[in-house]
Amino acid sequence: MAERELKKKQAPAKQDEEVVEDAPQTSDKGDALKAELDDLLDEIDEVLETNAEEFVKGYVQKGGE
Amino acid sequence: MALQKVLGIETEFGILVRGAPEANPIAASSVLINAYVSELARSTPGHPSAPKVGWDFEDEHPGNDARGFAPQGTMAPEVETHLVNAVLTNGARYYVDHAHPELSTPECADPRSIVQWDRAAEVILQRSMVAARRTLPEGQELVIYKNNSDGKGNSYGCHENYLMDRQVPFGRIVAHAIPFFVSRQVFCGAGKTGTEATGSDKASVPFQISQRADFFEEEVGLETTLKRPIVNTRDEPHADAQKYRRLHVIIGDANLSEVATFLKVGTTALMLCMVEDEFLPREWRLAAPIQALRLVSRDLTMRQPLELAEGGSATALEIQWEFFDRAKKYADAFGLDAIGGDEIGGDVLARWEQALVGLETDPTTLASTVDWVAKHRLLEGYRDRHGLDWTDARLAAMDIQYHDLRPDKGLAARVGLERLIGDDDVEHAVAHPPPETRAWFRGECLRRFPEAIVAANWDSLVFDIGGDPLRRVPMMEPLRGTQAMVGSLLDRCATAGELIAALDAAAKS
Repeated sequence: MAERELKKKQAPAKQDEEVVEDAPQTSDKGDALKAELDDLLDEIDEVLETNAEEFVKGYVQKGGE
Repeated sequence: MALQKVLGIETEFGILVRGAPEANPIAASSVLINAYVSELARSTPGHPSAPKVGWDFEDEHPGNDARGFAPQGTMAPEVETHLVNAVLTNGARYYVDHAHPELSTPECADPRSIVQWDRAAEVILQRSMVAARRTLPEGQELVIYKNNSDGKGNSYGCHENYLMDRQVPFGRIVAHAIPFFVSRQVFCGAGKTGTEATGSDKASVPFQISQRADFFEEEVGLETTLKRPIVNTRDEPHADAQKYRRLHVIIGDANLSEVATFLKVGTTALMLCMVEDEFLPREWRLAAPIQALRLVSRDLTMRQPLELAEGGSATALEIQWEFFDRAKKYADAFGLDAIGGDEIGGDVLARWEQALVGLETDPTTLASTVDWVAKHRLLEGYRDRHGLDWTDARLAAMDIQYHDLRPDKGLAARVGLERLIGDDDVEHAVAHPPPETRAWFRGECLRRFPEAIVAANWDSLVFDIGGDPLRRVPMMEPLRGTQAMVGSLLDRCATAGELIAALDAAAKS
């Protein structure tokens, strides 16, 4: 019974309208994000730790809290 | 009515000494903090230096249990009093805890403010790294990471604090907090490659949502360093214990995304308001909360059904949708003053809904707001481009480097995370306290009368005004000592002696 209630709440009419309005925007935003990610991946090797294996091995912390 | 949710975040940072791999992390953390405080003292005449203003441990009782008892065999956390402890003019505490530098934000009055002072904490750590470089031998560098795990089974925390009404039965908080904490990671997890859970094969989990889920073994308890509980029972209000409780939340990940911090604290504060006002008709009783916590963390599709004690099941998103739905009704019925008013509270609700819709439809749309999504997208992109296996060390290195706080190295700083707080506001928060809580009195007294304050802690300041014995000024009310309440009083006092005299006179009248 509770699950049925939930399903109704998840799809209010307002949300449907928003989805329609937002659709083109979201895909523009998606393309922009994809282009940004490609740019980032193009330049990222310059920033990354040079010896990944050694770096990961050396990253040792004491437990805290 | 729910109490105004006074908020704080304590972050333990990862620390590496580049160029000296065998260095002691406790000593390194001390060097880091001392370098920052000495730099401040150099650049601001009269600024308190670490040895001068110490932390006052008089009121620290981390062993008190909110359930009113401590089960046998549990270890109360110890207060380490011999390590570096500084109090800053923004009201924060900056110190060495265990083997980590830790910064506790000043008390903040709303979720936007906590994001501002949490960002200021990052800037303080960044400046500390720069200052430490000057004191270290050639070829050595301290590097700070805002994460919660070293990938080898060692975890350190990012704790949240929420002011609550003492009258609310602790059991009721626990009943709602467990399903809330198990499910909220879907939008506030910081993401991690592999797993560190005992008995799990690292390669069996390519990537998971939360840094911390692997480390929790109990539902409720006092511990923070082993057998960590989903709900921590530390009962140390740092305020009038007759009136207040401070809920100490240890399960969260440290976030690099400002929106994630805003949502983590904002939605949790709203959930606690609803607990206080008895606005949650249904308890989600998970059949196996610890197991559910890990299932949610490892399920990037967020479709995993979690068994309920009464039978049936629900997904993390379904649980969050119901909390959200109640929160919207709560806002209509009670208003949002307890989390900072309509504008900030409304923003929490709007972003919460956006996050849930995004997680349900297309999580990649949240790459600028949710840390685990941003990190996963970056790693997946790199993996795809170079044809790597998920266990490749390069991905594990990127995972750690996402949290590197050096502006030229940190990957989180490059993935296009949305900002909520402008640079000027962050800069202001580095040196100034939030005006709306008692942190204002603490920070302003330190800024104005550094030579007269000998010790500080959350609920008092100790003055040495010469002649008389030391004077302790208690601050048992987190929402007093604000700029509105004591601003003009402080402006009238040229010295700490005048301030004490004025406080004495006010107490007598």
